Amino acid sequence: MSHTIDIEKIRADFPILSRKVNGHPLVYLDNAATSQTPKVVIDAIVEYYESYNANIHRGVHSLSQEATDAYEEARETLRAHFNAAKKEEIIFTSGTTHGINLVASGFASVLTAKDEVIVSALEHHSNIVPWQMLCEKTGATLKVIPMTESGELDLEAYEELLSENTKLVFVNHVSNALGTVNNIEKIITKAHQKGAAVLIDGAQAAPHIKADVQALDVDFYVVSGHKMCGPTGVGVLYGKEDWLNKLPPYQGGGEMIDQVTFEKTTYAGLPHKFEAGTPNICGGIAFGKAIDYLNEIGFDHIAAYEHELLTYATEQLLALGDLKIYGTSSEKTAVISFNFEGIHPYDIGTIIDKLGIAVRTGHHCAQPIMDFYKIPGTVRASFSFYNTKEEIDAFVQAVKRAKIMLS
Amino acid sequence: MSNIKEIQEEIVEEFEMFDDWMQRYEYMIELGKSLPLIDEQYKTEENIIKGCQSRVWVHADMQDDKVVFTADSDAIITKGIIAILIRAFSNQKPQAILDADTQFIDEIGLKEHLSPTRANGLVSMIKQLKMYALAYQTKVQ
Repeated sequence: MSHTIDIEKIRADFPILSRKVNGHPLVYLDNAATSQTPKVVIDAIVEYYESYNANIHRGVHSLSQEATDAYEEARETLRAHFNAAKKEEIIFTSGTTHGINLVASGFASVLTAKDEVIVSALEHHSNIVPWQMLCEKTGATLKVIPMTESGELDLEAYEELLSENTKLVFVNHVSNALGTVNNIEKIITKAHQKGAAVLIDGAQAAPHIKADVQALDVDFYVVSGHKMCGPTGVGVLYGKEDWLNKLPPYQGGGEMIDQVTFEKTTYAGLPHKFEAGTPNICGGIAFGKAIDYLNEIGFDHIAAYEHELLTYATEQLLALGDLKIYGTSSEKTAVISFNFEGIHPYDIGTIIDKLGIAVRTGHHCAQPIMDFYKIPGTVRASFSFYNTKEEIDAFVQAVKRAKIMLS
Repeated sequence: MSNIKEIQEEIVEEFEMFDDWMQRYEYMIELGKSLPLIDEQYKTEENIIKGCQSRVWVHADMQDDKVVFTADSDAIITKGIIAILIRAFSNQKPQAILDADTQFIDEIGLKEHLSPTRANGLVSMIKQLKMYALAYQTKVQ
């Protein structure tokens, strides 16, 4: 395999990878649901609680200052990673869903009944439902970019959907169910030509692709820490400063205010206007450490290695026969969504779990995609840079065994 | 006709013959395949129990003073467990169904399938069996 990655050294960074499940070595192939956590990130969490746990931004004491500095340093790490122009454009959230809801809620005061918003057929439920709610609230119309058999977006149809009434476009960078990498550059450019803003759900892309928000000229980009080797319960919303100033606050509370009287409250500036209450301080700091960890390995190396894993696993699985892979775009992250003719994905997942293999089965919170293919769900194996060819062999063997049992 | 407790004990004994999980699952898959399917006319939206993972259909009939269940699932392992549950619960009097529990599923090492968070429709199915029993019980009285 590739020499761009020192796989043994990397695997040693992840304590969980040495455990057994059901008597077998764990083969963790559910990385699109959540990634595992390296020791440096776990250590950062422990260190925070052992040595400088304090509330931030308002204490005069030393601990509070230390915690504030570490939290703001993490914000700077994230700014640099996504190449945002300003630190104020990086809003800490509890995750992607929070980020999407924050923007959707803000747009409730911007949209009118004649406006149109566009989502894609490839979205996760979290990038469908908030916009449906927004449209119900404002009377705006929701339009959907259709998908093709290969699991790609029909961008010609997209251009036809765009009009002067389009105010917002929401698309994921990478589909969670299929792994398709969408052509967001084109989607953003075309939307901007009509004066519409674009939110990109980067949850599935961010672990594999380093997005440059300025080069993309994207208006909003949202990610989750737990898919990027960070802890759960923390994420980031990038928003262009102009937009963030225009949108009203999402939640009221401490941290987000400037002056409060019973007559009138003025809000704090960015990013605090959108960070009401005590944030996930430890999570934010640990997220920053996870970003550092990934950048040390290097996203080019990660992408190249994962692509090798994807190619190898695809070949091995197809060799089993009778198998259909959903999502066959040439631009894919290391995700394989598949089914065998006449076998339910849940049965495959249940049996291979007994052999220590962790995959996801079901509709992957993307029911419209499953409806498109007329299937109840798929088995989804999603690979990360800490997986190996040997693990793929174990996975394919387990699938083969399950297939024999279930046929 | 044996009572529910006796049938459950019988099933536990059957599963004790197996040495490992593979054999247990293979047996369960066989049971799933042999399950008398629900009549197509009852495989309706109304009779469906939607789990996130697998779907279950269940139908109940009163024959003499006993409740007869037929069921199906789109996943064979789920169907295997349905076959086990139906063997224990079908053809019994409503009160007996209401009084019965599913402890025997734990004893045969299949507890994980009845976890409410597994979303395969089985927990709701058991509730549904009891609901049918309750409805018939009320009718009888």
